[in-house]
Amino acid sequence: MLTLDAITIENGGYAVQADLTIAPGQRVAVIGPSGAGKSTLLGGIAGFLPVPHGRILWRDAEITASTPGQRPVAMLFQDGNLFPHLTLAQNVGLGLRPDLRLSPEQRAQVDAALTRVGLSGLGARKPAALSGGQQSRAALARVLVQSRDILLLDEPFAALGPALKADMLDLVAEVCADTGATLLMVSHDPTDARRICSHAVLVADGQAHPPVETATLLNDPPPALRAYLGQDGLP
Amino acid sequence: MAWRTQPVISPRSGVVAAIAIAALMAAALGAVLWRAEGGRGLGPADWSALRFTVVQAAVSALVSVALAVPVARALARRQFMGRGLLITLLGAPFILPVIVAVIGLLAVFGRNGWISTALGWAGFEPVHIYGFHGVVLAHVFFNLPLATRLVLQGWADIPAERFLLAAQVNADARAIRRLLEFPMLRQVLPGALAVIFAVCLTSFAVALMLGGGPRATTIELAIYQAFRFDFDLGRAALLALVQIALTLGAALMALRLGRGDGFGAGLDRPVRRWDANGLGLRALDAGVITLAAAFLLLPMGAIVANGLAGLSALPNSMFRAAGVSLGVALASAAVLLLLALPMAIAAATGRAATVETAGLLGLAVSSLVLGTGLFILIHPIASPAAFAWPVTALVNALMALPFALRILIPPAREVVRTQGRLAQSLAMPGLSFLRLVLLPRLRRQIGFAAGLGAALSMGDLGVIALFADADRATLPLQIYRLMGAYQMQAAAGGALLLLVLSLALFRTFDWLGARHADA
Amino acid sequence: MKYLAFAAGIFCATGLAAETPELTVYTYDSFVTEWGPGPAVKAAFEETCGCTLNFVAAGDGAALLARLRLEGARTEADVVLGLDTNLTAAARETGLFAPTEIEADYDLPVAWDDDTFIPYDWGYFAFVHAADMPAPQDFLELARSDLKIVIQDPRSSTPGLGLLMWVKAAYGDDAAQVWTDLADNIVTVTKGWSEAYGLFLDGEADMVLSYTTSPAYHIIAEDDTTKDAASFDEGHYVQIEVAGRLAASDQPELAEQFLNFMVSDAFQSVIPTTNWMYPAVTPAQGLPKGFDALVEPREALLIPEDQAQATRDTALAEWLGALSR
Repeated sequence: MLTLDAITIENGGYAVQADLTIAPGQRVAVIGPSGAGKSTLLGGIAGFLPVPHGRILWRDAEITASTPGQRPVAMLFQDGNLFPHLTLAQNVGLGLRPDLRLSPEQRAQVDAALTRVGLSGLGARKPAALSGGQQSRAALARVLVQSRDILLLDEPFAALGPALKADMLDLVAEVCADTGATLLMVSHDPTDARRICSHAVLVADGQAHPPVETATLLNDPPPALRAYLGQDGLP
Repeated sequence: MAWRTQPVISPRSGVVAAIAIAALMAAALGAVLWRAEGGRGLGPADWSALRFTVVQAAVSALVSVALAVPVARALARRQFMGRGLLITLLGAPFILPVIVAVIGLLAVFGRNGWISTALGWAGFEPVHIYGFHGVVLAHVFFNLPLATRLVLQGWADIPAERFLLAAQVNADARAIRRLLEFPMLRQVLPGALAVIFAVCLTSFAVALMLGGGPRATTIELAIYQAFRFDFDLGRAALLALVQIALTLGAALMALRLGRGDGFGAGLDRPVRRWDANGLGLRALDAGVITLAAAFLLLPMGAIVANGLAGLSALPNSMFRAAGVSLGVALASAAVLLLLALPMAIAAATGRAATVETAGLLGLAVSSLVLGTGLFILIHPIASPAAFAWPVTALVNALMALPFALRILIPPAREVVRTQGRLAQSLAMPGLSFLRLVLLPRLRRQIGFAAGLGAALSMGDLGVIALFADADRATLPLQIYRLMGAYQMQAAAGGALLLLVLSLALFRTFDWLGARHADA
Repeated sequence: MKYLAFAAGIFCATGLAAETPELTVYTYDSFVTEWGPGPAVKAAFEETCGCTLNFVAAGDGAALLARLRLEGARTEADVVLGLDTNLTAAARETGLFAPTEIEADYDLPVAWDDDTFIPYDWGYFAFVHAADMPAPQDFLELARSDLKIVIQDPRSSTPGLGLLMWVKAAYGDDAAQVWTDLADNIVTVTKGWSEAYGLFLDGEADMVLSYTTSPAYHIIAEDDTTKDAASFDEGHYVQIEVAGRLAASDQPELAEQFLNFMVSDAFQSVIPTTNWMYPAVTPAQGLPKGFDALVEPREALLIPEDQAQATRDTALAEWLGALSR
């Protein structure tokens, strides 16, 4: 259980407040108008932004003061998810050992993860030699080997086409199923949320609301969300 | 609890290095002051030396940097055969010993130089190089290469994606200037100005030789006078303090002005430019490159021409000195990196002011005073001659440190900014971040910095003259000694040897850095 | 066992040291190059002394003195070779030097009577120029002419200081005016002799401040008779280079032996064609061919040591005043 116990997350000039819990293994979309604080919410959970008030707990253990790397969290950003000078295999290997002193078993694990995401045989390539979709797959392969309890996606697939993005979301769902991870995923597109997320958290006006079922939220959006989604959001 | 952003890699060792440098300088100055016996304070002559020093350094820095911008821009947006070699050669004046470079310069601009000779054929008076303008000309000659490299680095550090983006929106040369180049220059130029100002502040032999007389007395010469003419160590140390204050003042101002946003991360691809294909701009760039090359390379050519005859007359002592110099240069480059890398990391993780200030001390402290201070400290413990090489390597590294920091800090900052978050989310320990991310990402700049450090050390007369006995001379010292024994030709041969070795060292390091760096 | 080995090591080391004592001589840079007197002097002295002679080079005469003052009584130097008559007063004042008994039949242009320093060579300062050029007869004619000269800064160079003293010795209170008149003849002022002479050889000036013996180098070593030294009617200032031994030396006998060697034929015969100065004691075989072609100044100028310090400071102020305008 991920518990955000009356937290305030500060991000420069503004703050986001949250007081909610998310069940383990749940896949949750984070939805809300632009600038409402969706990325701030994730940044707070990941440990990149200060949380001056409240507590963050995972399985009853407090992680509010932990550094990003100590938290049971893997995160994919909008960009910069791969080190451009390292090969794919190295980039994935970082998820196992950040000093890259990999054992043969770990190397095999890296290869397996690359195969799992459909990049079999491309381990020696560098990111610049890959397409955007392939780069996303490589980042997911790393998340796979990291097998952290919580996966945070801050729109890593925003740049991909609809078909490719759908593939990636399915892959994310599979990765979550494989690892049993809890997913929080920022999305602008209701169809993304419907596709893989059973629940959704609405972030609006600096407030993150407790999760509700995705269909419930999208079928009858509150006014703030309705204005943001426009007619497209309605069934 | 107080929530603090932990840096991805600790600035501690860099801060320790900065403090150690400051402590060493303070100890050296303190030693000189401690040995001082009475003496008089600063007189009117010292104040006029101070005025002259500041004015010539400021003008030299401004002119160097102003000329460097078009040259760097032309080099940044043109690809042509031998571009890499040209860039290396253009760096040569910076790493030459002063006297060698000045003789090359005079072969072109002197009363009996090529230009005057040509003017003579046309019935004109020879050019008069001696005077304030001569000092500035020589300083521009020495520092234009450095300024160009620093600015060129700025261009290279703009990610290729930004140019792709600019091409996307069909930005022309003017729009690129506004979008990319001006912001970059605003970041790069103040640092370049500060460094060159500092270099010119401590100039001495050039200013005197081309300044045409005691009007061109700089602080460094006043220190020299205090030291050997009056043996007034107190005044020497006071003047050294004034020099430090000036350099640091200028540096802090420059750092303040130079603050600005970086350019964001980008995947590395070779830069292709679409904005400057017009005939006019191509002709402009070609003209700028040709002029700069002529200005910098003709004197080099004179040194080569002078030296060829002397090569066969080179005594064994010259080759032994060359071996010594190579060893000292390599050691100096190693020391330089050991200091500069942690300091660059510390600067990238938020301790910029401390680090850059300490870094500039190497330039700000008169080498005569620093050498004398170290001499006073070492002499009671051991024979200074035994320390001639280590001290020279250390002092040369300190003098190259400001340049290395200017080269390393911006990319280190960029790497920490763009890739620190990912590394932190992976719980990457600081050392792994250094080994896996920072060092590989900075390879090109590390190679450049090490090459510059090694080459500078090759050419620097530095403090070796205070410490060395007959057998421990470095190449520049040996050249001076031969000149003092009427062996002008052998000295010219030695100068050529020095030029070739320095460039080869620089080129090798630069190449090593670039070879494994991702294109 | 360890202790024994250590003790044996110490014993051997001291034993060796006792066998071949070391004599450390501080001198200026150009003395120790293979074209300088250093190598020949070292070989000749070591042949007779049963010792090792170590040269330590430290810049020029003034740098030597500064280094000695820094080191004080702890200096490793046994002998200092390369001070000149402008520095002897300050050197004597340090109290670091020991008196010497050595006397010799000096061939100097001035009488020599000094209980501390022994002269080993000397020369006249002079302006060197191309032989095919009519040279001025004195400073005043030089100042009136369009000739361009390169000189050295007295604050950083021994010849530069020599010129200052030369003008002062020749013109006394009118020296400042002479400098004012000379200002437009001076192309530039360099840090040291090497830079100035290099500029002259590269054609940057018509004349350079050097020594009357400079043409001898070109004649003998390069078979080149195109250089000449101008003879000035005022007379020429003399530079006498001296050596002295240090009171704190741990090899006083050897140091004295070296000083004695310095006024002997073995040392003196090396000087003319390596240091390009006149030997202080003319060697038995006389001066080498080529020295006979040098100009002979009609008068030797030298400001006595006890006035040199005060004169130096006044002259420098006048020089700075005249050339800074």
